[in-house]
Amino acid sequence: MISAILSLAFFAQVLRIAVPYALAAMGGSITERSGVIDLAIESKLLFGAFFAAAVAHATGSAYAGIGGGMLAGAVVAAIQIWCCLRLGANQVLVGVALNLVALGGTRFLLQLIYHEGANSPPVAGFGNAVGTNPLVWLAIACAIALPVAIKRTRWGLRLRAAGDRPDALVSVGVSPTRARLAAALVGGAIAGAGGAQLSLSVGGFVADMSGGRGYIALAMVILSGWRPLYAALACAGIAVADAINIQLQVASIGIPHELAQLVAPALTLLVLIIGGGAHGRSPSALGKQ
Amino acid sequence: MIVTFVRARAVESRRTAALAVVVSLLISIAIGSVLMLAAGKSPAYVWSEMALRTFGDPYLLGQMLYKTTGLIFTGLAVSLALDAGLFNIGVEGQVTAGVVGASLVGAALPPSTPPIVAVPLCLLAAAAFAGCVGYATGVLRVYRGAHEVITGFMLNAIIAGVALWLGNEFLFQNGSTRGPAIVPGARLPQLGFGGSAVNASLFLAILVAVAMWWIRSQTTWGRTWRAIGSEPTTARTVGIDVQHTQILAMVGSAALAGLSASNFVLGHKHAFEEGLGRGVGFLGIAAALLGRLNPLAIIAGALLFGFLSSGGLAVADIVPKELTEMLQGVVVLVVAVIMVWLPTRGVRVPTKGAP
Repeated sequence: MISAILSLAFFAQVLRIAVPYALAAMGGSITERSGVIDLAIESKLLFGAFFAAAVAHATGSAYAGIGGGMLAGAVVAAIQIWCCLRLGANQVLVGVALNLVALGGTRFLLQLIYHEGANSPPVAGFGNAVGTNPLVWLAIACAIALPVAIKRTRWGLRLRAAGDRPDALVSVGVSPTRARLAAALVGGAIAGAGGAQLSLSVGGFVADMSGGRGYIALAMVILSGWRPLYAALACAGIAVADAINIQLQVASIGIPHELAQLVAPALTLLVLIIGGGAHGRSPSALGKQ
Repeated sequence: MIVTFVRARAVESRRTAALAVVVSLLISIAIGSVLMLAAGKSPAYVWSEMALRTFGDPYLLGQMLYKTTGLIFTGLAVSLALDAGLFNIGVEGQVTAGVVGASLVGAALPPSTPPIVAVPLCLLAAAAFAGCVGYATGVLRVYRGAHEVITGFMLNAIIAGVALWLGNEFLFQNGSTRGPAIVPGARLPQLGFGGSAVNASLFLAILVAVAMWWIRSQTTWGRTWRAIGSEPTTARTVGIDVQHTQILAMVGSAALAGLSASNFVLGHKHAFEEGLGRGVGFLGIAAALLGRLNPLAIIAGALLFGFLSSGGLAVADIVPKELTEMLQGVVVLVVAVIMVWLPTRGVRVPTKGAP
């Protein structure tokens, strides 16, 4: 058991599980830092997973699939920003509504395009390989580059200003809405890439395959104080727990499988109980129009 | 003078609310029609078939009312929490908790228990099981600052898993996914409708809606829970214990969700079954929003979504049933956007301490 955990295969498994969580959380922290409540992460993951599989199926290229997934995530983010900021709708409601649309919408598209109830046809994916999976490298690159981009680039400065002092942004002639859109599109594309990992790593889309990962990712965003690197590390923690759990199942030491699959939500809830809300200052304009 | 002014404003905002609902419906119908065109079918044909089949067949009409009954409970649950400024997305799990509670107690009673004892006991168990979940969510929100949407979603996953484990380990009989049956005294009578699932729980749902309308608009309790939702600062100033009231509202909301077990367990399945009541929680959000947070209008909202989900099944041979599933999400989105029109009576989901 211990040797199974300390093996290289286990490490690879953790990475594979962590990538969708981590990309979703990093995308979410970008969007939230710009001042928009991002409850629609789940929707971006699910549509990202579907369109990654659909594009990979149509073109035969998993790389094109990644592009499809990221584009889908960005489109969901654009709709979210349009509803929340242009039309002024409540950000929490819009997020939950978009998640419901994704749940029914991906099933509808499955039926419409492939005449299937729950699974897309098999597509070219990355399988279990880690070193050759570009999404693993994308996640690592994002974890390193995003904190720098937020701190050092014009895009990052505007994003932080939109989240903390939108009035200051207005006074230098930049529209906070535009800065938030710029942030949310990037955040949406990153979350969409997380969705792409979900479907491309198992070689096809399965209905409801995001399974609440978006909500868990958002909890990690808040706990990590809206810092993308820490959010990604927190997600890696969830992934370690999930992977250990899979090892325990393989070793079959008698934990019922219905309970074993609750490790991620239970751990998240536990962290929320112990840690409470945010660790770090929340963007002060978060959730305001 | 002031009274007249206030009344005039109330009428005005009621008109705006009605207009907002009508516009939301028109936009939703338009989007639904586009989806039908995408599926290669004539929208006029699909819509009319949906209505003709549902209302022309007593069985399908009964199935629609069965769905509506569950949605009235969950719609009321969501709206009670929203009134108090909380977004109870955990209704889905609370329904499951209620189903487990009602079926456990219903099966444990002595076989000869008369209905007058058995039914209230089962309802109490359903409300209590679900209420505990609501209490946990409320306490986490108030004392730990954990947003109720996230904890609610985690609890949904955990409750679904634990219920399945309970079933597999202890309850399900002979390899089925059905637990022991509840005693005859705890069963609510069916209402006919061609042998469909609709049952006396429908009257309970309407009764609860009327009771909630009365409490909400005529009593101090109602005033209090609405005050902490719409004007938390003022509420605190006039001496309302906001935290305490928030927890109570969450417990009440969850208990209402749990009562939907009367429809699923007492009225229809008479036992705990895997997946019983699934999906009714999320649709409750839709019914509550469309009902504009007025308990009586929620009945109308529940009817509409009951129609959409059973109508979607009725025309499943023409368009995929997933179309109406997607449409239900679209309606929530449209209503969320259109609600902005309502000047002050719009739902304020508080963004303070938000994710």
